[in-house]
Amino acid sequence: MTDMKKSPTEQERVGVYVCHCGSNIAGTIDVAEVAKWAEKNPNVVVSREYEFMCSSTGQELIENDIKEKGLTRIVVASCSPHMHEKTFREATERGGLNPFLFEMANIREHGSWATNDKNAATIKAKALVNGAVERVVHHAPLEKIPVSINPNTLIVGGGIAGITAALELAEAGRKVFLVEREGTIGGHMAQIDKTFPTLDCSACILTPKMVDVGQNDNITMLSYSEVESVEGYIGNFNITVRKKARCVIEDLCTSCGICEEKCPQKVVDNDYGAGISTRKAIYRSFPQAVPGYPVLDKENCTYFQTGKCKVCEQVCPTHAIDFEQEDELINFDVGNIILATGYDLFDARKIPQYGYGRLPNVFSSMEFERMVNASGPTSGHIVLRDGETEPKSVAIVHCVGSRDQNYNEYCSKVCCMYSLKFAHLVHEHLPEAEVFNYYIDMRTPGKGYEEFYHRLLNEGTHFIRGRVAEISDANHHADEEGKLVVQAENTLLGIQQRNAVDMVILSAGIQSRHDAEDVSKLFKMGCDYDGFFNERHPKLAPVSTMTDGVFIAGACQGPKDIPDTVAQAGAAASQVAKLISQGTVMMEPVRASIREDECSGCRICNTLCPYGAIEFDAEKEVSRVITALCQGCGTCVAACPSSVIDGAHFTNTQVYAELKGILWDVQEEVIAKQEAI
Amino acid sequence: MKYGYYPGCSMEKNARSYHTSTLAVAKPLGIELIEIDDWNCCGATEYIAINKVPAYALVSRNLALAADQGDSKNLVAPCSACYLNLKKADHCLQENAELKEKVDISLDAGGLSYDPGSINVQHLLETLSVDIGLDAIKAQVKKPLHNLKVAPYYGCLVPRPGTMESFDDPEHPISMDKILAVLGATVVDFPLKAQCCGGHMTQISEDTALELIRRLLKNAADNEADLIATLCPMCQLNLDAYQDAVNSHFGTNFKIPIVYFTQLMGLAFNIPADELGFGKEIVSTKSALSKITDEAPKPKRSRERGKKNASLPMPIMAEEG
Amino acid sequence: MTDTYTSRPPTLIDKIIAETPGKASNLYACLQCGTCAGSCPSGPDMDHSPRSLFAMIDSGMEDQVLMSNTPWYCVSCYYCMVRCPQEIPITDIMYTLKRMAIEAGHFKEIDKDKAPEFSETFMDLVENNGRSFELGVVMRHHLRYHPISAVKLATGMGLKMITKGRMDFTPSKIKNLPQLKAILKKAKELGGVA
Repeated sequence: MTDMKKSPTEQERVGVYVCHCGSNIAGTIDVAEVAKWAEKNPNVVVSREYEFMCSSTGQELIENDIKEKGLTRIVVASCSPHMHEKTFREATERGGLNPFLFEMANIREHGSWATNDKNAATIKAKALVNGAVERVVHHAPLEKIPVSINPNTLIVGGGIAGITAALELAEAGRKVFLVEREGTIGGHMAQIDKTFPTLDCSACILTPKMVDVGQNDNITMLSYSEVESVEGYIGNFNITVRKKARCVIEDLCTSCGICEEKCPQKVVDNDYGAGISTRKAIYRSFPQAVPGYPVLDKENCTYFQTGKCKVCEQVCPTHAIDFEQEDELINFDVGNIILATGYDLFDARKIPQYGYGRLPNVFSSMEFERMVNASGPTSGHIVLRDGETEPKSVAIVHCVGSRDQNYNEYCSKVCCMYSLKFAHLVHEHLPEAEVFNYYIDMRTPGKGYEEFYHRLLNEGTHFIRGRVAEISDANHHADEEGKLVVQAENTLLGIQQRNAVDMVILSAGIQSRHDAEDVSKLFKMGCDYDGFFNERHPKLAPVSTMTDGVFIAGACQGPKDIPDTVAQAGAAASQVAKLISQGTVMMEPVRASIREDECSGCRICNTLCPYGAIEFDAEKEVSRVITALCQGCGTCVAACPSSVIDGAHFTNTQVYAELKGILWDVQEEVIAKQEAI
Repeated sequence: MKYGYYPGCSMEKNARSYHTSTLAVAKPLGIELIEIDDWNCCGATEYIAINKVPAYALVSRNLALAADQGDSKNLVAPCSACYLNLKKADHCLQENAELKEKVDISLDAGGLSYDPGSINVQHLLETLSVDIGLDAIKAQVKKPLHNLKVAPYYGCLVPRPGTMESFDDPEHPISMDKILAVLGATVVDFPLKAQCCGGHMTQISEDTALELIRRLLKNAADNEADLIATLCPMCQLNLDAYQDAVNSHFGTNFKIPIVYFTQLMGLAFNIPADELGFGKEIVSTKSALSKITDEAPKPKRSRERGKKNASLPMPIMAEEG
Repeated sequence: MTDTYTSRPPTLIDKIIAETPGKASNLYACLQCGTCAGSCPSGPDMDHSPRSLFAMIDSGMEDQVLMSNTPWYCVSCYYCMVRCPQEIPITDIMYTLKRMAIEAGHFKEIDKDKAPEFSETFMDLVENNGRSFELGVVMRHHLRYHPISAVKLATGMGLKMITKGRMDFTPSKIKNLPQLKAILKKAKELGGVA
């Protein structure tokens, strides 16, 4: 050790603290030995070992030593920085030093937890501590970067999640821009008839909230609109929204509905109507639409397709129809973004053996939901595809497209509950009908959910534990003729059964939106393998993302029911409100910066940056890091061919010093060899 | 186009018509089928039930011979079981190093070797529908099979060749349907078109097999098929030769002729029936084939005339093309 | 083996997985959903449904599994394999069970239709000719076990097949039979039975 070259920063006074972490570290590493050994480094003024450095007593050791012994640098050898880097930086700061004059050596996750070999672990601990000491003397004080937070918020998606979050923020006095792709807010919840387990009428509990959104002055509702571009960073996003042309002048429209009534063109409503009802070419999705202005569907409008008609324009009492209306681009600034874009239903046409799309009386869950709704195409009567015949027997198939390696591996969480709900609705509408629920497992974990299952058992529903193998109209015997045969094994009996029913409902699973990946790229965050947005931490941070200032809520994060969606929306709103009330956010200074005088303008770093955080100044012909967007990954630092990019807190000097420190014993051998020659 | 040709044991005698008609239609389509010299039995579904390595070695001898002999990397097998065995062996040898090693040593004992992946095994239906294409087939149609209601029957192994991907849908295949349509026939898309014919169960448990066969015949009959077109000798045998047994066992009265789809292709190409192996069926094709007319049948009128249509819209299926 | 860190001695399920080509380890993930049993065309005639058999395998009921007629009633239609939500290669597992049953010598007790012997008879003829010989198989098999129905078969369907020229009276042989025999002899040394 004495043969090591004296460091240029020899006046630095380092305090070393080796933690026992109970027996987590001390059980494998000889911590006393490590602490004693560390003292030999010329820069080390005090070297201690302690049971739990993260405790208040442990932290006080650091604070007191700084004050009493005039320490200028601190090293703690303990657990992972993910755990306590923040703790010890704050202790350092309380002691009177800049928090970045601190370095941590991870001798737990990288040492005592990696091996049972005590000798090897202790040797490694010494090396890591030495590396930390050698590095920390080169640390420079750094200041956190303040970023101001624009108090306005963008919420993408006007379903129950978006609506909840918008109201939370608006009622707190904050301005919200709510962007919704469809002509009206409401989302999937507006399509649903009754909600489990309370059997509340979905529209009855949703529409008051929709009206609140429409009337709240703090919410700017941009319906029939999509986000086109997102620039900037937390606290300072610049958003461009494309407000698509609905061909209706909103200021003049009174939502009287005459245009819709008189429009001669009927089309199948594949969106709100789930393909089972029809609407006109100029339409509102449902009567309680907010906003109430209709949308003109150019693809199906007679005028736009053939140049004839224009009946709506003729009948409109306020002359609110404008065929020349163009898309509008709206630009505004916000401080935070909440994505609440919802889900798509699994397309059961992908499972040919279930016959959806071929066999008329096989229905998807959303088709059935619309049918059983009093405002649906049959006024709530449950009938077969012919629109008239009431079924005498209904089979409800669980797990369609879920829990299946061939389609989606995950469980969609809500289908068991809504399958039970369907069973109840069939019993209610058709008291004489037999209902069969085919399931693999019955998943009813929420509040009141098991009790709901109990209710259905009491209503005389037949529950068959067996995943449906196939649904067919091919009868084997005369008594199956004209019916749909559901073939499955009743696994509790171990017998294959064929059940001839009139109607089958497929409980299709929840999927991420078909364009979720594109949306995530637009907002510079990520999706998981199934297309659901990535949360920052699945347990502890389910509504924030790895991108500061962008939050997620509801089914876009993963399949969930309405109570969980509302809870997440509130959580996201709360996190946004926190940032707004802080007014300024202090960001980690571990970022890159470019020495512009030396930059040659080659722009290699521009495209390599995964966060789009480097801009090119065309006038000066140099690249520049947008500090707030930079996440300190170091890619540009390594890539710059002229080495003119500095990574704060990870300078070349610091990194090399750490390496040399870790490799201390190899160096000694080399030196000893040289001396022997 | 040159293809290696693996007929399989059934084509020699039991399914001679399949062999004859295949060669007959290959010519006008410009396909040269070069039979593998000295091929051996593929083992059907029997050898793999007894002994794993010998079963794969048995099949691999054919693959080795095909690789040595052929000008072509492609090997066509008209029989579904042969197709499955050849394709599966090639696939497993690529996936499973331990098995490959043992098969290599076995083949070497006979002076042969085979590099897995060097032969591309196709079923005849695949060759015709994918490689040759519907347009080329349509160009050869001289006497369309107007008014003949044909139920295309695929059996199991062509739509579902084990873990491998099939060239057609595993539950609802349509490649043969499309060929029959360009031949001018009326295609009867019956729901059980890809259900099992029972295979060798006729020898193991006749009751089980007869029930499976009965269902198929019933479904085709319920859908008003004049005849059933098959692509596998086993299926043809079961549906044809056991039709009498089904009738006497269940008291039914089925009289549905079972032909090979290549025979129907030949008829449409105006090749004489005796060159296509007709006449070897147990259930006679005479009455069914006499239904073919010179003119295309008139399209059926929609039944709902003037009645208000209260029905709900159906979901749209993807274009079947 | 499993993806987890067990080092227990191999159990029945481990052995079956090791012997089956393809992603047989998915058998560990069987949810007991019943799709295989629901799809099986010959399921109703089996002693145990495929799903039930897998539950027995997981419980280590080796004798009952190998004595079950289930694998012998498998028609290799592959419906179960295509539809299984855990992508278990069920049909291939059935073949493994057939081989294991023969090796264990249980087949003598399985059932009166003697499915294993049908396969053995079939293959015996293939090994000695290089080609299959249907008439030979059917006659030997039926004469041994169902002599009465063998006569019915011969005079009924058999006669029709012969008059239509669809049945050979003698087997055909390949030219290089010694080559095939050498290959199979070596393969049997390497392959054992299962």
